[in-house]
Amino acid sequence: METTTTEMNSSLLSTQNKSSDLKGKLIVGATQLAVYTIIAVLFVILGIIIYEGREKFSWEFISSFPTNGMTEGGIFPALIGTFIMVIVMSLAAVPFGTITAIYLTEYASESSKFAAAVRFSVRTLAVVPSIIFGLFGLGFFIQFVGTGFDTAFNGGELRWGQPNILWASLTMSLLTLPVIIVSVEEALKTIPRELREASLALGATKWQTIKNVVLPGSVSGIMTGTILAVSRGAGEVAPILFTGAAYYLATLPGSLSDQFMNLGYHIYIMATQSSDVEKTMPIQFATTLVLLILTLSLNVIAVVIRSRIRRKAK
Amino acid sequence: MKDVKIQVNDLSLYYGEKKALKEISMQVPANKVTALIGPSGCGKSTFLRCINRMNDLIPSVSITGQMLVEGVDIYDKNVDVVNIRKKIGMVFQKSNPFPKSIYENVIYGSRINGITDKRELDEIVETSLRQAAIWDELKDRLGDSALGLSGGQQQRLCIARTLAVNPDIILMDEPASALDPISTSKIEELVHELKEKYTILIVTHNMQQAARVSDHTAFFYMGELIEMGKTDAIFTKPAKKQTEDYITGRFG
Amino acid sequence: MSSPISSKQNFTREGLKKQFRLSEFLAEKIISSVAFLSIAIIFLIFIFVFKESLPIFSLGKESVKVEMQQSASVSGDQPESYGGVETEDLQPESYGGLETEDLQPESYGGVEKEDLQPESYGGVEKEDLQPETYGDVQAEPLVENNDSAEGTAKEEKSNSIWDTLLTPDWVPVSENPRFGLLSLLIGTLKVTIISMLIAGPIAILAALYTSCFASKRTKEIIKPIIEMLAAFPSVVIGFFALMVMATFFQDIFGYDSRLNAFVGGVAMALAAIPIIYTISEDALSSIPKTYTEASLALGANKWQTAFYVVLPAATPGIFAALLLGVGRVFGETMIALMATGNAALMSANPFESVRTFAATIGAEMAETVFGETHYSVLFFIGSLLFIFSFGLNALAEFYVKGKLIKKFQGK
Repeated sequence: METTTTEMNSSLLSTQNKSSDLKGKLIVGATQLAVYTIIAVLFVILGIIIYEGREKFSWEFISSFPTNGMTEGGIFPALIGTFIMVIVMSLAAVPFGTITAIYLTEYASESSKFAAAVRFSVRTLAVVPSIIFGLFGLGFFIQFVGTGFDTAFNGGELRWGQPNILWASLTMSLLTLPVIIVSVEEALKTIPRELREASLALGATKWQTIKNVVLPGSVSGIMTGTILAVSRGAGEVAPILFTGAAYYLATLPGSLSDQFMNLGYHIYIMATQSSDVEKTMPIQFATTLVLLILTLSLNVIAVVIRSRIRRKAK
Repeated sequence: MKDVKIQVNDLSLYYGEKKALKEISMQVPANKVTALIGPSGCGKSTFLRCINRMNDLIPSVSITGQMLVEGVDIYDKNVDVVNIRKKIGMVFQKSNPFPKSIYENVIYGSRINGITDKRELDEIVETSLRQAAIWDELKDRLGDSALGLSGGQQQRLCIARTLAVNPDIILMDEPASALDPISTSKIEELVHELKEKYTILIVTHNMQQAARVSDHTAFFYMGELIEMGKTDAIFTKPAKKQTEDYITGRFG
Repeated sequence: MSSPISSKQNFTREGLKKQFRLSEFLAEKIISSVAFLSIAIIFLIFIFVFKESLPIFSLGKESVKVEMQQSASVSGDQPESYGGVETEDLQPESYGGLETEDLQPESYGGVEKEDLQPESYGGVEKEDLQPETYGDVQAEPLVENNDSAEGTAKEEKSNSIWDTLLTPDWVPVSENPRFGLLSLLIGTLKVTIISMLIAGPIAILAALYTSCFASKRTKEIIKPIIEMLAAFPSVVIGFFALMVMATFFQDIFGYDSRLNAFVGGVAMALAAIPIIYTISEDALSSIPKTYTEASLALGANKWQTAFYVVLPAATPGIFAALLLGVGRVFGETMIALMATGNAALMSANPFESVRTFAATIGAEMAETVFGETHYSVLFFIGSLLFIFSFGLNALAEFYVKGKLIKKFQGK
């Protein structure tokens, strides 16, 4: 220890001269530049999308159907489709994610191999490319579950064995699961140990303690997780490319076995496969603006709630 | 010692490999206040938490020896830890009311036990708060959040909450260490009154406090029980040199 | 132990006997099984993605077809029959055939495609290129000849599927379909390298500024702003790259193909920056205060401390951040689909169009038919992506964590 200290000491002292001052300034400047570059790019993107999209952006645009081969009109069905999808997705992912988080913070012991495996799986889920979820949705939900269900109960008539809003939502729920787990876990950890002990010392069982003390204290964490998951799910396209999204539908989805239109997918289709990309440009930008407003505002809300939780924990 | 409430035989506690309590043997008399004193880190709080098996929550802890409460070994495989804790209440160093109303705090344990009758619950709240000598201060604001109370009030609320479960033994882990002198003296008075009905063990590093409230005192040092006896005796003529050094303030 | 016992018996063996609490038991079982589902999902993803790619592993002559039918029946008797003659009618687009080239939205394989791409806007031929009919399905009657083509193709390639996987030609739909993954690999690597070269330094420098130089208030402002970039959906970044960045860069560099590896790489850097930034920043901030204080106490100034003490100590974490950044870029689909041009070329030029693995799956999966070779190959690519990202994550977890632990605890 002594030797390393002196080594460091001398090496630092030897570099302490004018050229090192300059070097320091350059390094700090470079790091500063990196920060400002990122922030500038972010605002440029935001600015351009707002600027290009403002013209078309209106209540009418949001509330009307596309017309004329999707070269005119609004994005109502895409918006509604996205809403339905994130709701079904949340219904599946939130309980699932919350319970997993409860397991990890309340039941898992530190040395448990099982808990380590669960943690690893959750982190893996968070880094699996979203397109893989799409493939899984196709291979598992549609080909395996859906088709299996049709064969068993529908006499082979094709109803669930094809892309629809249910399979897309469930696929998306797998993708957003880690988001919820991480948020809820963080919130559960902010519940002071003293409260848990108080409850247990009063003769409450573990589950009673969780139900009466831990969960009520983490409601805002669950909310944050849900909002972040919704924000994420609303913007993802790859998982639903072949599990339920449709180019164009004249009607809103009437049941879970219908396909649906989706904002992100709509942007993709309009931008790459529209019959007149030039003409529909304002529509595309306005759609992008709507999606961006949706995801960003949800994110801001989540960040605000989260920072409040953190402040309270201190 | 007539009525022995708790009989401890060769109790040792390990954190993983480290032995934190070394072959503790003692008898805790019923309906008396027993103070556990000793320098910080001596194991007195750890020992206290053994009595209601709070240390079970720490995965690395293992315990050998016997802890007999009225003759029943509470570390027996067939003993239910939840029932143990209903009978052995605990008040913590830092007051820890739930972020709920005062009323809800007091009846927490009763609700857990399935009592739902409103009149019964009201009664429990009043009796417990009266016992904790805080009824007059709080009776008009039972619906307020417990977090709005002062530190001393919170601590007495926590005592009331513990009493509401109707325990037999109350463990207090430095209950007044974070309080001002006035609140502290209120807690001490309370302890004095409560021993009529309950057996109380209190951990403290304030020797005056131990002298004031306790009937018996146990001195812990480095995970060992050095000496235990009547408080008067311990404080006036301790048998062991270490005890004397500690009491006279030579270390700790 | 014959000590006298208090008269009033509160503690009896009976009263304290271990109770079985059903709700407690159920809660624990249910909670653990739900937690187990996370593990199960990982396995299921691997099994199901891999299962669908199984047919290409059969090496026998005719077995490709047989396997396909088997897998169809395994996954529960498809109402449609695959692999047979009827499938062709279901195909919405036809790829590969020379005559059909004009019809494709994106063209695969050919070299002359630049002019034909729908991504090049303002051209005149657009109308003819319009591929998809919206609303009702796959009405294109142009593929009759594919029928026999498929049959012969299958026989031909039955023994050569593994050979073709290692060739540059990605021509999945033609009389003689070839599934060469090399050009896709090159494309993916090109985009990944470009975007990491951009995102890595910028994100790490920004993280260094945030954790070492910025005041507490500045930190509280810039951190959420940069992390907000993570909230930009990739389709939005892809769209922005396609509509704005592509033209912007073309004006600067004057290259031919408007959409290329460089544009895609820059766009993906935007997606990777928040990941690398957040994780690096965490790693940098978690360096114990004593380290920096010791350095400052020795007379080192802020930047020397940051550069010679904090940065080296956080290397494992930053390495993990870069690995996860690579994982993100490698599997990114929407940006690749929209901004890279989607041409499977063997070229080292960063300004040529490329086609990545993920984009290939995204673009072609909807048009393949269950059970045919093309479908299986796409799932095979998916398995590769999955294994790769799984491996990266495992590496980041175990290797890096091990190093960190060694660094701060034991020597």
